[in-house]
Amino acid sequence: MTDIPLLSLAIWVPILGGLLVLATGADRNAPLARMLALAVAVAGFVVTLPLYTGFDTTTSAMQFVEMTSWVPRFNINYHLGVDGISVLFVILNAFITITVVLAGWKVIEDRVAQYMAAFLIMSGLMNGIFSALDGVLFYVFFEASLIPMYLIIGVWGGPNRVYAAIKFFLYTLLGSLLMLVVLLYLFMQSGGSFSILDWHQLPLPIEPQILIFLAFLVAFGVKVPMWPVHTWLPDAHVEAPTGGSVVLAAIALKLGAYGFLRFSLPIVPDAAHELAWLVIMLSLIAVVYIGFVALVQADMKKLVAYSSISHMGFVTLGFFIFNPLGVEGAIVQMISHGFVSAAMFLCIGVLYDRVHSRQIADYGGVVHTMPKFAAFFMLFAMANSGLPATSGFVGEFMVVLGAVQYNFWIGFIAATTLILGAAYSLWMYKRVVFGKVANKHVAELEDINAREFAFLGILALCVLAMGLYPYPFTEVMHASVNELLRHVAVSKL
Amino acid sequence: MNFVVPDFYPAAAEIFVAVMALVIMLASTFARSIARSLSYYATQFTLIAAAFVTIFTMEGEPVYTFSNLFIRDLMGDFLKLMIYFSTAIALLYGRAYLADRKIDKPEYYLLALLMTLGMMVMVTANHMLPMYIGLEMMSLALYTMVAFDRDSARSTEAAMKYFVLGALASGLLLYGMSMVYGATGSLEFSAIAQAIYNEAANRTVLMFGLVFLVAGISFKLGVVPFHMWVPDVYQGAPTAVTLMIATAPKLAAFAMAVRLLIWALFDIAEEWQTMLMLVAVASIVLGNLAAIAQQNIKRMLAYSGISHMGFMLLGLLAGVVDGDRHFALNAYSSAMFYAVSYVIMSLASFGMLILLSRAGFEAENIDDFKGLSRRSPWFALMMLFVMFSMAGIPFFIGFFAKLSVLQAVVAAGYFWLAVVAVLMSVAGAFYYLRVVKVMYFDEPVDASPIHAPAEVRVMLSANGIAIAALGLAPQMLMSLCAYALLGSL
Repeated sequence: MTDIPLLSLAIWVPILGGLLVLATGADRNAPLARMLALAVAVAGFVVTLPLYTGFDTTTSAMQFVEMTSWVPRFNINYHLGVDGISVLFVILNAFITITVVLAGWKVIEDRVAQYMAAFLIMSGLMNGIFSALDGVLFYVFFEASLIPMYLIIGVWGGPNRVYAAIKFFLYTLLGSLLMLVVLLYLFMQSGGSFSILDWHQLPLPIEPQILIFLAFLVAFGVKVPMWPVHTWLPDAHVEAPTGGSVVLAAIALKLGAYGFLRFSLPIVPDAAHELAWLVIMLSLIAVVYIGFVALVQADMKKLVAYSSISHMGFVTLGFFIFNPLGVEGAIVQMISHGFVSAAMFLCIGVLYDRVHSRQIADYGGVVHTMPKFAAFFMLFAMANSGLPATSGFVGEFMVVLGAVQYNFWIGFIAATTLILGAAYSLWMYKRVVFGKVANKHVAELEDINAREFAFLGILALCVLAMGLYPYPFTEVMHASVNELLRHVAVSKL
Repeated sequence: MNFVVPDFYPAAAEIFVAVMALVIMLASTFARSIARSLSYYATQFTLIAAAFVTIFTMEGEPVYTFSNLFIRDLMGDFLKLMIYFSTAIALLYGRAYLADRKIDKPEYYLLALLMTLGMMVMVTANHMLPMYIGLEMMSLALYTMVAFDRDSARSTEAAMKYFVLGALASGLLLYGMSMVYGATGSLEFSAIAQAIYNEAANRTVLMFGLVFLVAGISFKLGVVPFHMWVPDVYQGAPTAVTLMIATAPKLAAFAMAVRLLIWALFDIAEEWQTMLMLVAVASIVLGNLAAIAQQNIKRMLAYSGISHMGFMLLGLLAGVVDGDRHFALNAYSSAMFYAVSYVIMSLASFGMLILLSRAGFEAENIDDFKGLSRRSPWFALMMLFVMFSMAGIPFFIGFFAKLSVLQAVVAAGYFWLAVVAVLMSVAGAFYYLRVVKVMYFDEPVDASPIHAPAEVRVMLSANGIAIAALGLAPQMLMSLCAYALLGSL
């Protein structure tokens, strides 16, 4: 291992860089702000690469650990570390940030520096969430990341942005404040420790476990989002600018799922087993019901938003069937969804930038004017519906296999997503891309430029690579997932 | 009859401020032409010099003097330093505001100094009598300051309301003190505690007295059900005076609560904790819900202040559980940290109102913040810090204030209280978010540039940055609070 504090760099390079971008100030310096933001985003990505190359796949222990006392009065530590579960998200997050900066390059002309800075700071804060091993540190990053997202939706969003921004903020805040009470309870029970790893070993009776589990379920369920607390997501997605939707779908939704893996399962395993039926039920409702909801959407962004909820239902399902296939499949699904949903929103963004409409009805025959774009969009729509050889397939297939092992009918219901996913993704694709040229806006469309080609191309490569050869991803998480499942199987009563 | 010359040394700061107040009064009478700036600078000098006097005469152990009427201890010193500090900043923010409205009379600064002296007496009282004298000295100065814009009907009305209700509260407090005296035979805090400990006190009378004391303290803190004056006075007073009322006096009232409830009446903590619980929950609920409906930002901040003081009381009521006292230090220092954090945030929030006001224009509606991020991105960012800090979002000091109080509440086993508090914090977040919304999401209606003197800009920036910096490194202030209380318990 190196002595360079890689995780601190992954967190603070984007944050401090974001502040630097902010300092460029007014819009007359916009070109400088853009270049600087891209440089910071790339630097932020480069510092996360050694996390992968230097990662020891044979151990489930925390790696790249940093530990400094932060607030000794409450024994709060600046304690960072990643294991096989979290390391991929740090890298994914840093990667997505680059595409977000590129996606906002031309479109955002108002308060450019603030826009770029908000995304960079957000990216740093989310790296903090994935690598925090101290309860309060986790919470601090978790809450603080609401501020930039609130501003992103509210300042650069669509017509109904104020409603969406406030709804987003309050929903998430409600969940996370309940979590704060739980963190304080665990602090007290563990005799004054906020270390998440200590809490993993803390024995707890079943009643508090159930209450803690429910509080975590609210906190992380809102963030995932699970049915029935998902209603903020379509609003937030529709109103957010493209970059905001990308970050929300690709990274922010993963925070909730990650919370289940880091908090709910290992801290209260007995309650997790006890209440697994509840989570499985909610997940299946999300998969099937939200899948149908997605089918009838007239707004492309809303459609992808509902499809995200449906896919995330798959993820939570994978966690709570407690077998390695399910959990690994769910994590693969999370990463794959990070690429695919980011790409879907970027594609919609490409169309929106040209036509300024997200209604499916306003399009038709795009393939005639934008052939290159149509090819990319095809690939991502296929990946979204879980076509083999794309990344979408791997995770879904693993979770379905795991679910069948657990209970045939659960697996059966979950598998309907393959049909529903194909139905809503491809039907939307058909209406938007094929057919006759619908109107003069579509007739005037220009195909994607080099910048758009670059970010869509990179994402396409990722989607294909992960679909064809997922081993580099599963290899990293294998030891940690096995250790997690072994830990969850042991009662803490 | 033998007369002992008391030890004046521990009271050096109080004596210094009192003497300076008289000097400034005389000097501004004789030097009329420069009276305004003379009294302003002399007052600022006095506050700074008083801080030095307090620091240099500080002693680790509590020292009693004036026949035990007066106590010098670390908690008092710490609070006094915070009081000088916040009064000095409040005066600095308010000076140009007052000058624009032609009410920057020398007497204003003199009254501010007398108010400070009153608060100093309050935090160092070891006896009901100086406690009451200090309280009245502070209050009378504040009543006058509220009415300082004498041509404004609204200010006069606010002052009248404040005065009548304040006098009533003083009456309640005095009545409570007399009952405690009747029950225990003493007005000195340690003697009262001793009498209760020996079970020499009449419980019934004592309980009656306690109710009145809690009522008096609640009035000064401005918590439900004694909060009615808060929104009206905050709104009616000139903003510079609102700034005064909303900051340092909260610290003095905190000191009063600690001295009366914890020092004198600690052995009946279970009783007053129950009362405070009702008061705190009612304040948090009412303050947060009522603030949502406000269009006037001074009223909104007033209701938010009510809820913050309720939150601070949560810390005070978590000290003793089933007779077990080992939570006490943790809980009380959390409450003190909360009070100090609130004062820092409150200074910045009203400072922002002063910044946006100018001659002939009062910034007092939430809509006056519209589009601030276009008019002045820097100060919009500072206001964003203040609002998120008040909402308890990290990385700002308000988060750690909430965390430490909630931690004390959870440690005391009051989970339902913690849950109520956090649910209401979500309601509270709504109105803070609304201010951020108008600053960032709306277009400006008033495009005129920010007009404020350089010193206000610099100080306000420092204040905003302090809110963020203390949120990143809260340890020092937290341990100062704990250390100061440790020496006093």
